[in-house]
Amino acid sequence: MKVVIINYGSGNIKSIEFAFNRLGVKPYLSNNIDEILAADRVIFPGVGEASSAKHALVKSGLDSLIPGLKQPVLGICLGMQLLCNYTEEGDTMGLGVFNTSVKRFSNKVKVPQMGWNTVENLNSELFESINEGSFFYGVHSYYAEDSGVTIANSNYDKTYASALNFKNFYGVQFHPEKSGQQGSQLLNNFLNIEK
Amino acid sequence: MLTKRIIPCLDIHNGRTVKGVNFKNLKDAGDPIALAKMYAKVGADELVFLDISATIEQRQTTLNLVLKIAEHIDIPFTVGGGINTVKDVELLLNNGADKIAINSAAINNPQLIADLVSRFGSQCITVAIDAYCENDKWEVYKNGGTVSTSKNLFEWAKTVEKLGAGEILFTAMNNDGTKKGFANQALFQLSKEVNIPIIASGGAGNIDHFSDAFEKGNADAALAASVFHYGEINIQKLKYKLKQKGIAVRL
Repeated sequence: MKVVIINYGSGNIKSIEFAFNRLGVKPYLSNNIDEILAADRVIFPGVGEASSAKHALVKSGLDSLIPGLKQPVLGICLGMQLLCNYTEEGDTMGLGVFNTSVKRFSNKVKVPQMGWNTVENLNSELFESINEGSFFYGVHSYYAEDSGVTIANSNYDKTYASALNFKNFYGVQFHPEKSGQQGSQLLNNFLNIEK
Repeated sequence: MLTKRIIPCLDIHNGRTVKGVNFKNLKDAGDPIALAKMYAKVGADELVFLDISATIEQRQTTLNLVLKIAEHIDIPFTVGGGINTVKDVELLLNNGADKIAINSAAINNPQLIADLVSRFGSQCITVAIDAYCENDKWEVYKNGGTVSTSKNLFEWAKTVEKLGAGEILFTAMNNDGTKKGFANQALFQLSKEVNIPIIASGGAGNIDHFSDAFEKGNADAALAASVFHYGEINIQKLKYKLKQKGIAVRL
């Protein structure tokens, strides 16, 4: 199986690469349109700031490519947020795949949220063999609002969408590549999704 | 529910794990990769690697270590020690570090924090602060706790938050290595002054010290080294006890 991690200069993708290696898959890092189109699975990572990440996507033409992909796509962290309509971070328009918006946590809680939080209301094959209340690791100051495309909730400040799905697009706010056994299970589930 | 984090710290010196008492008298505590794998297995929530030789000596071995750690463990880890430039951070992140911690370099050049944040994002920039309390005043120290700065802990914490740091790793030098508990009053004060997560460091000796850091100190995470390395506190047992006390932990 050919897994491509979209490489648009966005932070630590080594961990994602190693996580797939541990599952016996060697992913390719690429920003090449033909290579991405030919992949069986596409990982859309992202850490850092939304508007500069969006700028990098536009510059490489990936902003118009990604929403049209037909194979299973997994957005992680900022990657997930950029698949939404809009994010308050840097007043940035997203790629519009997930029909929801991304907002900043209020100052009633420490921002960023950093650490292991539980996931609930699991409603997708992405969470196959993963129990309600399992822990995943994340670091983020912004969250996707709960909506019709939510497939998992978490709570911090309020209930938000910690995982999303629309058609062949999946998104997780947390870092499965850093979430121990559960994270590994989720990545394996993503590989096993039937097209 | 977000849980409190338990973080073993691996002080690295020439590729080995060491732990000093009051930052002096280094003792050998083992192979960092073996320790990292073991900690990930027993339920550590994160790991911190501090290259304590780095500010003064070479740090190239750290980069090689970082890549090996990233390959073998599936929980997040932070690397600190001897980081002076944006390039240093880029190298560490590209080698698989999830977060980096800066200390002396941020004191010498606070703008570095802002530069790192704009380039890599707040989420991976931890500012480590070593402070010593004398006459009820917490003063910030640099260069591995050897040089005083005349900066006040709380003022400096507010500054690093303003510059965009995602987290503060606060080491109370008075407590470090004493096993008499964390500096809970200072921790509590820090959490009041800033709105980013605080990692408590320095003074862990028994399980109650951890619950105190969370309940009295309001810390978001607690870090320790020797009590974990020498097996004095078992992380699984620690987390089980914390849960019994009603503290949210990942089990």
